[in-house]
Amino acid sequence: MSTDIEPVEQFRARAREWIKANLGPLQSFDRTQHCKDDEEELVAVARDRALQRKIFDGGFAGICMPKEYGGLGLTPEHNRAFNEELAGHEYPSRFAVPTFNPCASTILEFCTAEQKAAHLPAILKGDEVWVQLLSEPGGGSDVAGITTSAVRDGDHWVLNGSKVWTSRAWWADWGLILARTNWDVPKHQGMTVFLVPLRQEGVEIQRIVRLNGESEACQEYFTDVRIPDSDRVGEVDAGWNIGTRWMFHERMGHNSPYVTYPSGLGMSASREDSPVAIARKSGKIDDPAARELIGEHRELGLVTRALQNRIADAATKANKDMSAIDRLFRGVASVRRSTISFELAGSGASVWDEEEEAATDAVGMNFLMRQISCIGGGTTEISRNVVAERILGMPREASGDKGVPFREVPKGPKRA
Amino acid sequence: MQCGHHRLDKKQTGDADQMWHELTSDQQLLRDTTARYLADRVPLDRQRKQADHPAGFEPDYWTSGAELGWIMPLVSEDMGGGSVSGRDIVDLSLIAYEFGRHSAPGPLVDCNVVASALSDSGDEGHAEALEAIMMGQAIAANCLGWAPWQQPGEATISIARQGDDLVINGSVRPVESAAQAGYFLVTGTSDGGVTQALVPASTAGITIKALKAIDVSRKFGAVSFDNVRVPASALVGDFGGAGEAVALQVRRAAVVLCAESVGAMESAFEMTVDWAFDRYTFGRALASYQALKHRFADMKSWLEASHAICDAAADSLADGLERAAETVSSAKAYIGENGVELAQDCVQIHGGIGVTYEHDLHFFLRRVTLNRLLYGTPGDHRRWLAAMQIEKELAA
Repeated sequence: MSTDIEPVEQFRARAREWIKANLGPLQSFDRTQHCKDDEEELVAVARDRALQRKIFDGGFAGICMPKEYGGLGLTPEHNRAFNEELAGHEYPSRFAVPTFNPCASTILEFCTAEQKAAHLPAILKGDEVWVQLLSEPGGGSDVAGITTSAVRDGDHWVLNGSKVWTSRAWWADWGLILARTNWDVPKHQGMTVFLVPLRQEGVEIQRIVRLNGESEACQEYFTDVRIPDSDRVGEVDAGWNIGTRWMFHERMGHNSPYVTYPSGLGMSASREDSPVAIARKSGKIDDPAARELIGEHRELGLVTRALQNRIADAATKANKDMSAIDRLFRGVASVRRSTISFELAGSGASVWDEEEEAATDAVGMNFLMRQISCIGGGTTEISRNVVAERILGMPREASGDKGVPFREVPKGPKRA
Repeated sequence: MQCGHHRLDKKQTGDADQMWHELTSDQQLLRDTTARYLADRVPLDRQRKQADHPAGFEPDYWTSGAELGWIMPLVSEDMGGGSVSGRDIVDLSLIAYEFGRHSAPGPLVDCNVVASALSDSGDEGHAEALEAIMMGQAIAANCLGWAPWQQPGEATISIARQGDDLVINGSVRPVESAAQAGYFLVTGTSDGGVTQALVPASTAGITIKALKAIDVSRKFGAVSFDNVRVPASALVGDFGGAGEAVALQVRRAAVVLCAESVGAMESAFEMTVDWAFDRYTFGRALASYQALKHRFADMKSWLEASHAICDAAADSLADGLERAAETVSSAKAYIGENGVELAQDCVQIHGGIGVTYEHDLHFFLRRVTLNRLLYGTPGDHRRWLAAMQIEKELAA
C-alpha cells in the first residue's frame, strides 16, 4: 500500500468540486430504476454508460479498485466520502449492482491478472455491463444444485443449460456464470465459474414478464456455447469456494466498497402512497378501523427498523446467523404492510379509472407482488430453517444430496 | 442433552436472554439482585398455592423489594430518587423484565408511574407520600379516568373545583392493588382540560369493589368516587393542565409493561424450546419436525422484535427523543399483540399439559394477556399512532 495516499478530506473536497461542476440532479429513474417502457430504459442505459465514462475521465471511477486496473487504489473511507458528496446527484445506477458488485468484486478477488486487465478497466469506463448467472429454473434456494453444464473440449468448454432471474440481462454485455463440470462428485465439489459474453450465438435471452407488467428480469438459454479455457475463473471444480464469496459480495449489495451511489438513497423507494394518503383517497381516513390499520403499518415499520439495529449489533458480536431473523421478520412484516395498504385503498386498488386523480393502482399491483418480499434474496422458509437449526440448535432437515455423487441425486418426480 | 440431538450451547445462541442494552456493572447488579430476590420470595410453586391471597403478596415482600431500588428510577435525586445509570426508564425496564421472567406480583407499574408524577410536579406537599411509596411503605394505585387516546367526553371521572376544594366523581376500573393502596392518583376531566390529584385511600366517599382477574397473583379493584372532597393541595400539576403529563405517564407505564411482557415471553419461549428437545413422539424429538421448527423460528423473530422495539422505546423515552411517542406506542401495540400470540403458540406446542394449572406456562400467558390490556390495547395505541401520522403529514 502506498504511503502517500491522499487524505480522505482532501479527496472529499476535490470530489465535491468535481461533482458540482459535472453531474446534474438525481433523476427519477436513478431512484426507482423504473422506466415506463423499453425505449426509456435504453435511453437510461446509454445515459448510464456515458455517465460512467465521465466519472472515469474525471478520475473518480473505481475508488477502491487497484490502480493497475484503472482504479484509484483508495480506501472504503474514500468511497464513502465520494458517496456522501454524490447525494442528490445523478449517477450510473445501472452499474452499481450487479456490475460493480458482486461481479467486479468477484472478478477482482478470483481472476488472473490477464482476466482483470481485460475486464476491470472496461467496466470502469462504462464499456461493459455485467450480470450474474447463478439461479436456475430448476431450483431457487438450492443454489449448489445447478445443472447448467460445461464440458471440456480441448482448450474450450461447451456450455449448455439455462439461468434465470437475471435482472436486465437483455441489454447487458457479459455474465459471470456458475456451471457444473463434474457430475461424479457431491454437488458442492463439481462446479466451476466462467466469464461469458452474452451477445453471441447460442445465447438466447428471454424477458420474464412479471404479473405487474414489469419485465426487467430475464431467462437465458445456452446452447453449445464455446468458452475458451482462458475465461475459466479459478480451478476446475472449485467453483463453490468462489460461489460462497460471490454470494457474500451479493449480500453486501450497495454497501460494498466497490459500489458508487449517492448516500441516503433508499434503493427500494416505492411508487406507493403513504397509508394516510391512501386512506384519504378512499375516504376512510376517519374510520376507526382504518386508523388502527394506519397505526399498525407505522408500528411494523418502526419494529422492523428496531430489529434491524438489534440484529446488526448482535451479528457483529455473536452469531452471523442472526441475520436470518431479520430477513424472516422483514419479509413477513412487508407482506402485512402491503395487505394493510390494499385494505385501506378499498375498491380503487382493484378496479380504477385511470383518468381519475384518486387512482391507487400502484397499491393493487404491490399487493399482487407482495410475496416477493418473502421470496427474493432467499425465501423465508429457508430463513426459518436457519433460525431453527443454527440459532435454536434444532436437528437439521434430512437431505438427499449429502455425500452423494451429483449424478445420483434425485432431481425430479418419480411417481408411479 | 439426553435427547441425542446435538444442541448448540446456549451461549452461542446470540443474545437470547440479554436485553440489547450494554449493561453497566451497576445495572447488572440491579438486575441480578432483583432476579435472585424474586426467585427466592415468589417462586411459581408458592404463587400457585396462594392464588386466593387477597393482595397476591405479603407486605414485607413489597417493602424489602422496594429497598432494592424498585421505585426510585423515575424519581429525581432532589426528591430522594435516582437511577443507577442515570437513564431512568432504562433501569426500570431491567427490573420490569425480571418481574416478567418470574411472573412476579406487586404493583410495580403503578407505584413507579405515580411516584414519577409526584416527582415531576416538584410539589413539596407530596414529598411525604412520595417517600412512603418509594420505600414500599405505602402502595400507590393509578385511577386513570381518562386516557390520551380518548375524547374528553369518554372520561369516566370528573374533577371539579368548589371554593378551595376539589370534588371528584365517577369510577374507574381496573385499578391494580386498589384494596391495598394508601394513595390514589386520580385522573379526570375538568372544565378546560385534564386534572390529576393525589387522594389518600381513607378519604370519605371512596368505594372499592374487588374484581376477579385472569392473573393469579395480581389483584384489581373498581374504585368509585362519590363527591369525594379534597383540598386543592391534592393537585398534581395544574388544574386542567395535566394532559401532557398524563401522556408521559402512560408512555412510562407502557414501557414498563412491555419490558415485563418481554421477560414473560422469554420464559415461555425458553421452556417451550426445552420441551421440544425433551418430548419425543413417533420416535423423534418434537424439535426435529420442520412444521414445528418453522413455528419456533417465527416465535423467535417475534421475541427478538419485541426485545428490539421495547429497548428502542425505553431508549427514546430516556433520551427525550421526538420519536419517543411513536416508538412507545409501537412497542405497546406490537408486544401486546405478539406477546399473547407467542404464549398461545407455546401452549399449542406443549399440548394438553400446557393448559393445566400444575404447569408453569399459564403464569406467563396470564401475564402477557393482562399486560396487553393495561394502559391501552394494541387498537388504542394504533389509533393514537395514526393520529400522530396524520398530524405529521398535515404538517409536511
